[in-house]
Amino acid sequence: MFDSLTDRFDDIFSRLRKKGRLSEAEVDAVLREIRAALIEADVNVGVVRTLVERIRQETVGEDLQRSLSPSQHVIKAVNAELTKVLGGESLKITYASRPPTIVLMAGLQGVGKTTAAAKLALWFRHQGRSPLLVGADLQRPAAVEQLGVLAGQAGVDIFSLPGDPVTTAIAGVEEARRLGRDVVIVDTAGRLSIDEELMQEVEKISSSIQPNYTFLVVDAMVGQDAVNSAKSFNERLSLSGVILTKLDGDSRGGAALSVRHVVGKPIAFASTGEKLADFDIFYPDRMANRILGMGDVLSLIEQAERTLDKEVTEKGAKKLRGGKFDLEDFLEQMQQVKKMGPLKGVLSMLPGVPKEIRNADIDERELAKVEAIISSMTRKERANPEMIDGSRRLRIANGSGTSTAAVGTLLKQFKDMQKMMRSMGVGGPSPTKKAPNRANNKKKKRR
Amino acid sequence: MIPVLAAVIVLVIIGSTFFLRARRSKLPQLPKTPEKSVAETVSADSSLDMVSDRLDEAQAEPGDLVRGTIKSRSVFSNIIGKIRKSSSLDQQLWDELEDTLLLSDLGLSLTERVIEGAKAAVAKSQKTDGAAIIDAIREQLRLLFVDAERELIYSGVTPTVWLIVGVNGVGKTTSIGKLSSLAAADGKKVILAAGDTFRAAAADQLQGWAERTSSDIVRSVPGADPSSVVFDAIQKAASRNYDLVIADTAGRLHTKFNLMEELKKLRRIADKEPGHLCEVLLVLDATTGQNGLIQAREFTQAANLTGVILTKLDGSAKGGIALAVEAELGVPIKLVGVGERARDLIPFDPEEFISLLLDVDQDGVAGKLAGDN
Repeated sequence: MFDSLTDRFDDIFSRLRKKGRLSEAEVDAVLREIRAALIEADVNVGVVRTLVERIRQETVGEDLQRSLSPSQHVIKAVNAELTKVLGGESLKITYASRPPTIVLMAGLQGVGKTTAAAKLALWFRHQGRSPLLVGADLQRPAAVEQLGVLAGQAGVDIFSLPGDPVTTAIAGVEEARRLGRDVVIVDTAGRLSIDEELMQEVEKISSSIQPNYTFLVVDAMVGQDAVNSAKSFNERLSLSGVILTKLDGDSRGGAALSVRHVVGKPIAFASTGEKLADFDIFYPDRMANRILGMGDVLSLIEQAERTLDKEVTEKGAKKLRGGKFDLEDFLEQMQQVKKMGPLKGVLSMLPGVPKEIRNADIDERELAKVEAIISSMTRKERANPEMIDGSRRLRIANGSGTSTAAVGTLLKQFKDMQKMMRSMGVGGPSPTKKAPNRANNKKKKRR
Repeated sequence: MIPVLAAVIVLVIIGSTFFLRARRSKLPQLPKTPEKSVAETVSADSSLDMVSDRLDEAQAEPGDLVRGTIKSRSVFSNIIGKIRKSSSLDQQLWDELEDTLLLSDLGLSLTERVIEGAKAAVAKSQKTDGAAIIDAIREQLRLLFVDAERELIYSGVTPTVWLIVGVNGVGKTTSIGKLSSLAAADGKKVILAAGDTFRAAAADQLQGWAERTSSDIVRSVPGADPSSVVFDAIQKAASRNYDLVIADTAGRLHTKFNLMEELKKLRRIADKEPGHLCEVLLVLDATTGQNGLIQAREFTQAANLTGVILTKLDGSAKGGIALAVEAELGVPIKLVGVGERARDLIPFDPEEFISLLLDVDQDGVAGKLAGDN
């Protein structure tokens, strides 16, 4: 739904391609686009202003003529700035000399604290530690049971007491000590940052157990308010860092940048999927691309690796390059691609997809129809569509529950596409050339 | 069909690029993942679903309407006060006004629309005093709302069905509890369908609400097909003369293809005789940023939304994204959650909301919304 920043910049720069230097007004136009992209990504308005000012200082008067693509140049500058803000010093876990290392989890309601606690426990286990989970969310019925189920999946023990969260937290840390556990993770109830009473309670938990690490759990979908709540929590608890959750959605996650910038604490971990193992150290460079709407290529690579059958995909690509891509191959590839989810969603995550295709109105039902039609053909027909005459066409239409006209359209369009692919030699639509990502660069080299 | 064909081909090329890249960097080969069945994927999702409705029952402290609503407007009253006092508006004030709207999560395009519209109106009227400007902004904000029925709809023929949907952690189950309480207070005979079958605790929570509001509940074993739960609830409602079925659903990210397909099925079941599906309500968390618009778009595509319940407005977030959803998609905000108690789920009134944003007279305005209860 968003134009990628590359597209927006290309528009601006194409107008001033002939000039050597960017004038103040032209820089302003570029900066406005950067501002818009950041705001649409939920970066806090105040933070946007600071960032844009910094980027302005770096781009004004810069000789952009020499760089082949001025938009690439500016984007690189923006990306570097964002990575700088997001990155900085990353959090290194150092374990307490007298175990256990105590970790406190806090955050608003509904951000995914309990899941994050269990994921963190699993992560510690993979580091060779033996963590204990403490369920101190006693507000919501069954919150502790939930933690119990997740703890079971993570292969970690859980401790909880009914009654008072502060007492439970203290007892939980004691229990970890008694059991000789080297890490203890205390999950707390969700609370509003403006709820004085509950904020005092979590403050009391913190002062009682003296955690080595306090993590604020932040939902990647959060908007402008991220800064307010992060500030409040930081004032009360002096956070060590942030855990960013629900990154498997398609939010751009600008809040990560705001929180990092305003609170000054690193994003320590990111939760990127529904499985407990989908949790890792935070990578600032991936996030910078995502915030700019440049596509989350790396995540997509992972998704592709998980869902696509490598051999089938490579076979398809080979046939494409050889110009021998027939309907049989197409069907096979389509069934592959379908596994990755809705076409439109996948396409929108990819940088370098031609604008015409990305913005095209792709109806998933069409996909089913295409599949039905091709499935109703014999193998011979798929390899050699020219043999499909009137009666075959009728049979295919009946078999797939479509009309002969639909079959005809498909055949014609596929033929056109084959021609187009042959004329390009590779099959890749050429507009991808401009895209600034590693995947595409590799592709070019391969060509 | 062209887009479909082209899209598949583009993906093939890019997909193969990934593998070549992976091979080049000598990454360990990932084992081939067999295609998951829907059921497997769903159960894998359940760990995420478990965080859904984290808000449930745990909402901080007894909702304080006055406090909540003052919070949501304090950021505005600051700038509005400034404008009121000024005899003319300079660019800096316009900019501040723009920032203020952006801070409410209204989004860039709507904010610009409101500001540009107000600027044009002010220029036309040639009145540049603070009051005229506020009137112009009020008028622009008014334009963002759709002209729609905001009361929840009952079918003429029982049982009415309401389906409640949303991403994880927005407060669906709590909202259903409150809805059932309000409907029961209205003299309706209510049955709750525990359609969130992925998390044992979800049905338990709903049961708690059912007991408190003397409503009935239909639930199944964890992992059961949610459609069957909704189906059973409707059958039971029809045979025993219930007025209303409120169906809970598991929280789902709108990017999860299988779960959205499941939702389509749920909607079809909920709309079958003898049930009469009158509301499909998206629960939207007021802290949500611009992604809320994408969520609403996907959910409306899958389930054809009839309205939005905006929750957690008692926090410091302003919930402007719900306005964006209404303006962009035409899905009206019907209810607002401002606290823990059932009566803290209040009907949404655009005029009051605008007044909250624009009128500086603190007690008068805050009292207006609170006065409804």
